[in-house]
Amino acid sequence: MSELSVNHLLGIKNLQREDIELIFKTADNFKRIINQPIKKVPTLRDITIANLFFENSTRTRLSFELAEKRLSSDVINFSSASSSVKKGETLIDTVNNILAMKVDMVVIRHPNPGAAEFLSRNVKATIINAGDGAHEHPTQALLDSFSIRERLGSVKGKKVVIIGDVLHSRVALSNIHCLQKLGAEVAVCGPSTLIPKYINSLGVHHYSDLKEALKWCDVANVLRIQLERQDVNYFPSLREYSMVYGINKELLDSLEKEIVVMHPGPINRGVELSSDVADSDHSIILDQVENGVAIRMAVMYLLAGKLKK
Amino acid sequence: MKMKTEKQIVSSNQFEIMIERLAHQLIENHSDFSETILVGLQPRGVEFTNRVLEKLIEITKNKDIISGSLDITFFRDDFGRRDTPIEAQELDMNVSVEGKKVVLIDDVLFTGRSIRAGMDALMSFGRPKQVELMVLIDRRLKRHLPIQPNYVGKTVDSISSERVVVKWKSEDVKDEIILLKSEE
Repeated sequence: MSELSVNHLLGIKNLQREDIELIFKTADNFKRIINQPIKKVPTLRDITIANLFFENSTRTRLSFELAEKRLSSDVINFSSASSSVKKGETLIDTVNNILAMKVDMVVIRHPNPGAAEFLSRNVKATIINAGDGAHEHPTQALLDSFSIRERLGSVKGKKVVIIGDVLHSRVALSNIHCLQKLGAEVAVCGPSTLIPKYINSLGVHHYSDLKEALKWCDVANVLRIQLERQDVNYFPSLREYSMVYGINKELLDSLEKEIVVMHPGPINRGVELSSDVADSDHSIILDQVENGVAIRMAVMYLLAGKLKK
Repeated sequence: MKMKTEKQIVSSNQFEIMIERLAHQLIENHSDFSETILVGLQPRGVEFTNRVLEKLIEITKNKDIISGSLDITFFRDDFGRRDTPIEAQELDMNVSVEGKKVVLIDDVLFTGRSIRAGMDALMSFGRPKQVELMVLIDRRLKRHLPIQPNYVGKTVDSISSERVVVKWKSEDVKDEIILLKSEE
C-alpha cells in the first residue's frame, strides 16, 4: 500500500493498521532526512498549510511548523488569542476566510472534541487534528508508537501502561487505539477518579497499584496531571498524588527488569516523574520530540499526495 | 488487444563486457578514487553501482572506494500529479560530498527528470567539486531536460511506447537487457 485510506487525519480510530505502518515507513525516510546536513526537501513547495491553534501549545505547534518548513510548504500561523475569534467570529467563518487565501491544508487544535471532524465536513481543505479537547491527538499517538518501535524493535506484543490523568487526556485515547491496532497490550494506571468509567470496554485493564503496573509493562507512558482541565478536585493534593503515582529512580530500580519511560510533555518534574528518571537512560522523552517532526512530515506528505493537482 | 513482444538488446556476455568497460573508463578518470564517491539512485541504480564497485575492486584491489545510495522520492517534480504516490526507498549516505567528485549512477536515462531530482537530493549532502553521470542504457531521443551522461553502457534509440527492462542476475536468472514493445 502506498496511499492512506483517509483524506484527513482526524483520529487514530479512523485509521487502518496498514495506514499506520505506511506512516511509520515514510517517517523512517524523513528521520534520515532531518539528520542530513541539509534538512529540507522541496516536496510540498506548492502547498500552503495553515496552523490554527485555538488552545495553547508549544511543542506541537513548533513541531508542526518545523515539519511544514522542512517540506518547503508555505506556512501561516493563527492563534485565537490574537484574532477575530475574540470578536465573535464562528469557527467555520474563521476557517473559510483563511481558505479564501488559497490554503490547501489546515492543522487545527481546538478545546472542543470533534472540532476537526466538524471542519472536515464543512470546509474544503485537508484537515489534520492536532488535538481536540479530551478526544484525540493522533500525531502524538503515532510518534509515541513510532518511538516504541524504534527503541524495542516493534510494537506488536509489547505491554504498555498509560499512567495518570487518563480522564482528561486525548493522548491516552489516541494511544490506546494506536497501540491496539499495532498489536500491543494496553493498560491504564491511576486513581479511579482519573480513569474513565467504561475504560474496560476498550479492552484495557485498570491497575490501581503503580508498582504492579510497572512490573507488568515493557513501556510506561506517563501523562501530565492536567490541572487546567480539572474542574473539581480528583485527588487530595499534588503531593499525595506524587507519593502514590509518581515514578522515581528507586521505584524503577526495585523492578527486576528495564522498562522504557515516555512522556508527551510538558513534564511536571517532581509530580508524575522525578528528575532523575526523566533524564535517565530509561527515558525516551527527547527521542519522542525528534520523532514528532518526522511523523508529522510523513502525515503531511501522505495527505498532500492525495490532493490532486 | 495489446500484444507484447520482447527483444533482447544486451546478452549476459555483452552485459559483463559493458560493466568491465565502464569500470575501466572510471579508473581512467578517477585514478585512485581517493576523492571520488559513487552514488546510486534508488531503486534501480543501486544494483548497478554494486556491480561496478565489485568490478572496480576486482581490477584495482582498492577496497576503500566510497559509495552510497540516494532516494529521490521527495525531490521529484511530479508530486501530486500521479494517481498513486511513490513510496520512498532507503537512503544510505553516510558521507559528505563536500569537495568530492561524485559519479551519479542509474540504470536507464530516459527523460532526465530522475537525474535532475538526484542532483538536487545530492546537494543536501554538501557541495561536490564535480558531478558526473553514468548510465547503463541511454534512451537518447526522449529527453525532457538538457542532461547528458558521461559514461554510457549502451545507447538505445526507442519510441515512447517501448520499454527498456534491465534484468540483474542477483534478482533474475541472468543479466540481460530487453526491449518491450506493446502493439495494438
